[in-house]
Amino acid sequence: MLDLSQYNSLGDALRAALERWPDEVCLIEADRDRENLRLTYHQFKDAALPLTRAMQDSGFAGGTRAAILMTNQSKWLISAYAIFFAGGVLVPVDYKLSAAEQIKLLRHSGAEFLIVECHLWRAMTQAEGFGDLRTRVVLVTEAPRDADLAGAKRWEEFKDSRDPVFVARERKDPACIVYSSGTGGRPKGCVLTHENYLEQCIALTSLYPFWPGVRYLSILPTNHAIDFMVGFIGPFTCGATVVHLRTLRPEFIREAFTKYQITYMALVPMVLKNLEKGLRQRFEELPKGKRVMLNTLIGANRLLTRSRPRLKLSRALLPQVHKAFGGQMRALFVGGAFTEPATLQFFYDLGIQVGNGYGCTEAGTAITLNDFKPFRADTVGKPLPGMEIKIINPDSEGVGEVAVRSKTLMSEYLDDPEMTAETIVNGWMVPGDLGRIDASGHLQLLGRKKNMIVTEEGKNIYPEDIETYFEGLPVKELCVFAANYLWPARTMVGEQLVLVVHPEAAQPVTAGIIANMAERNRRLLNYKRVSGYLEWDRDFPVTASMKIKRAELAEQIRQNHERSAVIPL
Amino acid sequence: MSTLHDTTNEVLTLAAEHFKVPREHLAPDDDFFKKLGINSLQALDLLTRIEQHFHIELPDYELQGVSDFRTLAERIQSRL
Repeated sequence: MLDLSQYNSLGDALRAALERWPDEVCLIEADRDRENLRLTYHQFKDAALPLTRAMQDSGFAGGTRAAILMTNQSKWLISAYAIFFAGGVLVPVDYKLSAAEQIKLLRHSGAEFLIVECHLWRAMTQAEGFGDLRTRVVLVTEAPRDADLAGAKRWEEFKDSRDPVFVARERKDPACIVYSSGTGGRPKGCVLTHENYLEQCIALTSLYPFWPGVRYLSILPTNHAIDFMVGFIGPFTCGATVVHLRTLRPEFIREAFTKYQITYMALVPMVLKNLEKGLRQRFEELPKGKRVMLNTLIGANRLLTRSRPRLKLSRALLPQVHKAFGGQMRALFVGGAFTEPATLQFFYDLGIQVGNGYGCTEAGTAITLNDFKPFRADTVGKPLPGMEIKIINPDSEGVGEVAVRSKTLMSEYLDDPEMTAETIVNGWMVPGDLGRIDASGHLQLLGRKKNMIVTEEGKNIYPEDIETYFEGLPVKELCVFAANYLWPARTMVGEQLVLVVHPEAAQPVTAGIIANMAERNRRLLNYKRVSGYLEWDRDFPVTASMKIKRAELAEQIRQNHERSAVIPL
Repeated sequence: MSTLHDTTNEVLTLAAEHFKVPREHLAPDDDFFKKLGINSLQALDLLTRIEQHFHIELPDYELQGVSDFRTLAERIQSRL
């Protein structure tokens, strides 16, 4: 791989990679069983630079912010390189948000350029707040010939054959503005520097190396921090290949494993569990004799890999299982949310390593990662090289709040010095999780300290952001909490939101209000919904500026109600 | 050609068969995530079943933001 300590920016490092491995394949795009595109590093450069030049012709300069809003596909990476080459700041926007939410984040980010897929652009033009959009140049990909682009330009035609100008950036300059959440309330735009990404890449590839010939299967969208790192920066700075699959359908993922001889893949716990379910089902369907034999071999593999993984041995013991993964799979990376130890152990026993770690948008992709020396399903591993963790105010069992410090820590929340100062204190960031560090230096997560939840799909949900969707409900006041924050539970799974409603004086929660709540809840994306409501009969404690004192209210609720008082919606 | 009403009915029948619930328990405006207790991957499974039935191809993103049978049927209808 490239020696990333020698480079100042992502643009600088990627440019060197494109020169170093011109004939290696860097990018394949597949849709179901069809291959849409295959590019070498040289061809990738030829696809990106005319776009850079055209952007520069339209006034793109060093530090200009450009947003990408696309599903998982090759134009994401081509556009990102075009932006970095021109010294721009990339704003990856989650395509799964509603169009109104995307507009809100685009406005907040100050993005002047937007690169967007046609169907997502169409939804934006019809959404509330479209008129408030301040992007200057919009490039739309894959637009049908007769599409009304509402003033936007076609990405495919936006090119200039003259050489673009490479714009150098410093390590401390912002590379990306990544929104960790906050679409309903206060947007949290994490400003991540070139140094943050280069250091993260050095740390991750020290444990999971890439090289020419390695093939990474990308099913997560590249706006996802994990895919951005292990599905773009990591493989590209090592001469490896990224295979984009434009569907999450399990049958095509399985097909891609074999067809492209995949080496690595990143996924969220929900997809990993789905893979586990499929495999368990296939094992169950085996004739009894074969099933007994398989279980014996799995047992033998477990025993023989107790102290360390032995990939060749596992492949020899369980050839059919490894064949189903394409025969070349070295590891799966799981992240975005907590993964249950039983699922990790299931794959490890089959000889499939699952790189399980701990991270958050504010601190880069991963802070800790399992090093498999030996494998531990009950922890999220040890800090990566260059990362530090500590436990604040540990109790007698060593459990306290996790704090992290590293060169991967963001510089700030965009335009929010107050929230930045609350989040990063003396260089340490507190993500809001409870944990302990065991004798071997592994971090064990034991629950959430902060009033938030993380879904199995890796979405961070802040309860205060959900409240905006219930504004206007005919009650005196309302507040949303994470159930595990109200009633602390030592678990990282099955997290839920609870809506606390205080009806108008002496009024009960009427059937009309319940129907109103249910209807508003139904309109929310499924992962943002509250699980139920709790009726509260006194005024919320508030600050002088009338903000709800959440911690105090939570304490009052805790003292007066059990979790069972929550009525499902 | 099928009407939206026919398509909606067929989608409801397919969902009932696929997730093994009585057909009469499902209505066009039901939130299928909630009613069937499924996640987004399971919804994609249903989409595959629907594609086979109607002989169409629906990109994954067609399901984005859709959570009720009626809207899903509208997306299908536009491709018939």
